[in-house]
Amino acid sequence: MLTLIAKRAVLGVFTLWLVSVLVFAGTEILPGDVAGAILGQSATPESLARLRAELGLDVPALQRYAEWLLGFVQGDMGRSMASGQPVADLLWPRFWNTMALAAYAGAIAVPLAVGLGIMAAALRGGIFDRVSNVAALAFVSLPEYFLGLLLVLWLSVKTGWLPSLADTYDGMGLAAWFRATTLPMLVLVMVTTAQILRMTRTTVLGVMDQPYVETAFLKGLRNGRVVLRHATPNAAAPIVNVVSFNIAYLITGVVLVEAVFNYNGLGRFMVDAVSRRDLPLVQAAAMIFGGVYVFLNMVADIAAIALNPRLRHPRGKEA
Amino acid sequence: MTKPHDQLGINRRGLLAGMAGAGLLGMSGLPLRAQETPRRGGVLKMGISGGSTTDDFDVRKLADWVPVNQAYMVMNGLVEIDSDNIVQPELLESWEAEPGATVWTFDVRQGVTFHNGKSLTADDVIYSLNLHRGDSSSAARSIVAPITEIEKTGEHQIRITLDSGNADLPYVLSDYHLLVVPEGFDDWSNPVGTGPFIPERIEPGVRGRFVRNEDYWKPGCANVDAVEVVVINDVTARTNALMSGQVQAINAVDFKTVNLLGRNPRVEIVRSAGGQHFTFLMDCTKAPFTDVNTRLAIKHAVDRQQLLDTALAGYGQLGNDHPIPQTDRFHNSELPQRTYDPEQAQFYAKKAGMDPLAVTLSASDAAFSGAVDAAAVFRAAATGVGIDVTIDRQPADGYWSDVWMQVPFCMSYWGGRPTADQMLSIAYESTSSYNDTRWANERFDRLLKEARALLDEEKRREIYWECQALIHEDGGAMIPMFGDYLDAVSTELRGVKPHAMFNLMGARMAEKVWFDA
Repeated sequence: MLTLIAKRAVLGVFTLWLVSVLVFAGTEILPGDVAGAILGQSATPESLARLRAELGLDVPALQRYAEWLLGFVQGDMGRSMASGQPVADLLWPRFWNTMALAAYAGAIAVPLAVGLGIMAAALRGGIFDRVSNVAALAFVSLPEYFLGLLLVLWLSVKTGWLPSLADTYDGMGLAAWFRATTLPMLVLVMVTTAQILRMTRTTVLGVMDQPYVETAFLKGLRNGRVVLRHATPNAAAPIVNVVSFNIAYLITGVVLVEAVFNYNGLGRFMVDAVSRRDLPLVQAAAMIFGGVYVFLNMVADIAAIALNPRLRHPRGKEA
Repeated sequence: MTKPHDQLGINRRGLLAGMAGAGLLGMSGLPLRAQETPRRGGVLKMGISGGSTTDDFDVRKLADWVPVNQAYMVMNGLVEIDSDNIVQPELLESWEAEPGATVWTFDVRQGVTFHNGKSLTADDVIYSLNLHRGDSSSAARSIVAPITEIEKTGEHQIRITLDSGNADLPYVLSDYHLLVVPEGFDDWSNPVGTGPFIPERIEPGVRGRFVRNEDYWKPGCANVDAVEVVVINDVTARTNALMSGQVQAINAVDFKTVNLLGRNPRVEIVRSAGGQHFTFLMDCTKAPFTDVNTRLAIKHAVDRQQLLDTALAGYGQLGNDHPIPQTDRFHNSELPQRTYDPEQAQFYAKKAGMDPLAVTLSASDAAFSGAVDAAAVFRAAATGVGIDVTIDRQPADGYWSDVWMQVPFCMSYWGGRPTADQMLSIAYESTSSYNDTRWANERFDRLLKEARALLDEEKRREIYWECQALIHEDGGAMIPMFGDYLDAVSTELRGVKPHAMFNLMGARMAEKVWFDA
């Protein structure tokens, strides 16, 4: 088990390194650079050259990448090129904002979705199953910014129940924070619930067709008991997988939702950084997003193995 | 990325707001209410686009809507441009020019104190001006470059000497970088000014809160107890915030949805006519535009009204191939409006020996939101005249460095300038590095210099009229339309007026408005 985790961790680090190379190369290919973005109005060729030298942009790309990587592995994320502020100071508060919203949404979406999915499986073909299926499909199909705008229209503009801006700041009360972030939370819950629900239902139903479930029924057990005690535990691995995948989405995929609700999170921050070509910020944000993704995928894989005796004890060893 | 050397780095998405009938000043239905007596109290919340985490209050670097609006909350300018586009005293109380307009004497307002208790003197004004002079990285460096000397002639009086006469000096001093801080001040994260509000809490690029300066000197201003700025760069989020009542004023309304927004009974649209205009730039040094006949063929091959209606949803006014707007006191009102004229276009194309005339137009929404649509509309009209237009669509990123002033024919824009002289000098004087059509006309250059030093308004008017006619006939810019700045405010707000310079009452909305009782 430990070797397995170690293997996955090494692979994860390798993936992250690839991400950093891709992001660096990508931002190099983009036209324009931070010097042009900073100077804007007073960008004469001489002042551009001077600023590029000051920022170290005249150094070859490979050398800049190597320097960045060296700093990064030592825990130094560098400084913003546009403002000179340490990247960490700008980044972490926004990362925690994104995490807070993801936690708020995840805490509601995951139990809700798994519960509903199991219910839908237990009541297969019933009215609840069908309605939840159609609703889930609808939520999955709609782009999240569109869902967000619909919610803003109904719950904010028309009725005034909730604020349309997720306007959070240091020192605001907990109740005010929940009120401000409820609309974006709802959008995220809708999108993730739909996916997890469908996956849960499918997996549980897949297990339900197994002979041992039939046996359980033949023993005379009731439907609910068969679903909860016999089918669901065996369906746990794929469910854990889809859940962790959705949590990763909650953290890394919320750029659009953050834009719609003007939420001060990491996604919006990264978009701003890209448009200003502020490479250290882009790199750091990409590494965090990549890290979260790799970590959650690793957790999902390990959990899947831990939950499945056949994977836990591979047959290969006995042969 | 913004266009080099433009007045304000306008948010690309925000710019789509820009457009409404110039000359409609005062027609927005607001002025009647503006006459009420201001009432004190309330917290004004503004949702403004154009802010980023790197913003601070360094007056030399102000470059976008949020920092400019916030700077005007904390500091005062030297002079103020009023809603009729006329210069008014602010921290400089009065002025006088010696004949020739080279030497100017300014009186500094007395009895004004900074937030830190220091009282305003000539030294503070001189220090603030010198921030932009000499070896400075200021964006306003070129604006104050003609100043050769600033002398203190009294505790509250200064004398400014220019390298050559400029009758518009007070207008030039209205530039939004020229704000006043105490002598020696340089802590730009914790600004101190003489302005209507004092910063309480600022998170760059996110939000800011400012409380009223109880000792503010300007009568009838600083009516609300506090101002909260929320940076909302997304136009949809900004509009929603206004409709749901979370903010009472927003800038840069999307012209595609402005009519829908205007139907909301709790919202009023503020249309500010100004000098912002959109250009199709023909480089006079590159084929086929070296021939004035080619340029005239293009200028006759565009249906301006259709362009205005399609690309700007009608929120603008027709342009006449020169950059001086109707709101400017030197606008040439007798120059005949150029119209879509296939016969003339064909005539000039033939005269240029170009039959059929084929051109490639580089377009991107970096020029202005809707520019690519505008290019398509132009192509349709030009095809009807027998001119073959190929549209070369370019990415917004890098447009100002790789396309603008590089290709023979491209789309662009200019923000308004407070004076005709500034507009003509920056974009059409042959020696300007931003002469983006590379047009060189000796007579024009000479006239421009002559008018600059004239104190006689009537003579200046004559000269500027001729300058406009020269650009209209001979210049390389096809200017089909001007666009307004569009803001929207809650109907609870009073004292809101259109303003010819910028969004949000020339970035001074916070100090002017008050809440309905």
